[in-house]
Amino acid sequence: MDRYRDNPAALRALVRETEVHRDVYIDPEVFDLEMRHLFAETWVYVGHASQLPEPGDYLAATVGYQPLLVVRHSDGSIHVLYNRCPHKGTRITTEPCGNTGKFFRCPYHAWSFRTNGKLLSIPLKKGYEHTGLEEAEAVEGLRPVANVHVYRDFVFVKLNEGGQSFEAFFGESLSSIDNMIDRSPEGRLVIEGAPLRYLHGCNWKMLVENQTDTCHPMVAHESSAGTAVSVWEREQVEGAKRPMAVEVYSPFMSSYEFFEGMGIRVWPNGHGHTGVATSIHADYSAVPGYMEQMTASYGEERARRILDENRHNTVYFPNIMVKGPVQTLRVFIPLAADKTLVESWTFRLVGAPDMLFERTLMYNRLINAPTSIVGHDDLEMYERAQEGLRADANPWVNLQRLYQPGERHDVTEVINGTSERQMRNQFHAWVSFIGSSMERQPAGA
Amino acid sequence: MSSIAPQDLIDFVYREARLLDELDYEAWLNLFTEDGRYWMPAEWRQTDPLLQSSLMYEDRLLLRVRVERLSGARTFSQKPKSRAQHLLQAPQIDLFEPDAGAFRTWTSFHYVETRNDVQTLYAGWATHDLVLLEGTLKIKLKRVDLLNFDAPHGNIQLFM
Ligand code: FES
Ligand SMILES: [Fe+2]
Repeated sequence: MDRYRDNPAALRALVRETEVHRDVYIDPEVFDLEMRHLFAETWVYVGHASQLPEPGDYLAATVGYQPLLVVRHSDGSIHVLYNRCPHKGTRITTEPCGNTGKFFRCPYHAWSFRTNGKLLSIPLKKGYEHTGLEEAEAVEGLRPVANVHVYRDFVFVKLNEGGQSFEAFFGESLSSIDNMIDRSPEGRLVIEGAPLRYLHGCNWKMLVENQTDTCHPMVAHESSAGTAVSVWEREQVEGAKRPMAVEVYSPFMSSYEFFEGMGIRVWPNGHGHTGVATSIHADYSAVPGYMEQMTASYGEERARRILDENRHNTVYFPNIMVKGPVQTLRVFIPLAADKTLVESWTFRLVGAPDMLFERTLMYNRLINAPTSIVGHDDLEMYERAQEGLRADANPWVNLQRLYQPGERHDVTEVINGTSERQMRNQFHAWVSFIGSSMERQPAGA
Repeated sequence: MSSIAPQDLIDFVYREARLLDELDYEAWLNLFTEDGRYWMPAEWRQTDPLLQSSLMYEDRLLLRVRVERLSGARTFSQKPKSRAQHLLQAPQIDLFEPDAGAFRTWTSFHYVETRNDVQTLYAGWATHDLVLLEGTLKIKLKRVDLLNFDAPHGNIQLFM
């Protein structure tokens, strides 16, 4: 029986002020509504312009259930198209990325399309004379998505027609993307290095919540970061410099007090970040020559301001996390209620020393890879939660830490770094975006 | 071992896999030189472990962290523990220079890792760069190229 499909009120009832119902994580029908409504009503990241340097370059993306193509057109503009031939529905491209030349050609009957999606030609076109093809939707070519916005090379789409503008949706939260870009002496990032891809047997929101969960590292990562610290303390040679890997691991063992003081900032629409005053990335060794390059580009004061901003994890609702001081971006791609693909991407700071990119790649493999011991700790917890939630004992998940009665939504505020406020912030956004899309486009549409 | 014969290299590769299958990690770590590395690339025909993306590129310190973690009291992802099995094709010798003390073997393998009720099969090629240290063969670099290095994997907790 459908409990939620035609019933926005039932869906809204899954989210209370300090609790969420387990169905948000385990119910396939709720998952289906997320795919159809949440991922259509919000601005979703689909790729970075540096992945498309030349005209004809394209990459594949999936938003909700929708297969998309992101492509660089001959005039340099970026277009996002549904990856579906208007003739009989065949997927136009199947590779994750490539170059299509001047046009796309469908592999089935060779209809071809310009790189902005417009129909270019149909073989044996006389077969359509006097058939009224000019009236058919097919002559429109590859359908573009309703809304595309490229922000400083980061490409976002919103599939629904109505809803919030890009600026209204992200507001001040874009400052975290700005900071990551500004860390390049040339003000430019390029995606380099293959993404690390990690399959998780859990709901995608567990991963997003965990990005601002600061009460788990010292517990769940005692086995990885804790062991790294103790092995290093035992085995280090007198006077030896702390290796980069130990610098990466050891802050995971910081105290509760450290994480409390680090702070969390929430923004409207479900965005937020940990690491306001300081963060686990604040104490990395300086990279020779980098500060000088930054000073030459920005002047000393601005360079310092950029590098002193050590935000930890910034969640862009619904499903990406940006880590400015390390130059990584993680995408949490929902595959099923209990299955999530995580892609962790790395950026090179254009014009900066190689050693920074070396650290970015090391961070990614030590923390985000399917071979990562830190990842093993986290995934074990998510999978246990996914199983534990089947228990009928209590259908509610508690997100109450540092809740204050009367807490306001859709505001910008800085709070104690161990608060679960950002998780509550996400769920408030979650019901409001699914709800508004469902109410505008009732099911069956 | 004063002089190395080709069969010694082959025996070494088999023994290394057996130590991993027997979960004898102390003996396994001792097969590496002080500056030895275990490398698992994440790109096809990768040439650079530092400026291209890898799944693993670990020195002895990081390998020891992994090994100690596997038996840690609060290593929850090892409750219950994982086990592993290697199926090796006969190692081929790509470099044999006893005078320089430098050897390289190439071994096609299937590897199975299991935990709980889930068993996962991986396939790939292992390249061993071996050196002779005080008459004993040691691993300078073990490189593991997975056939599907670019696929989304679940946890890989042990060593291939
Ligand atoms: S399905 Fe694409 S041309 Fe026929
Ligand atoms: Fe974690």
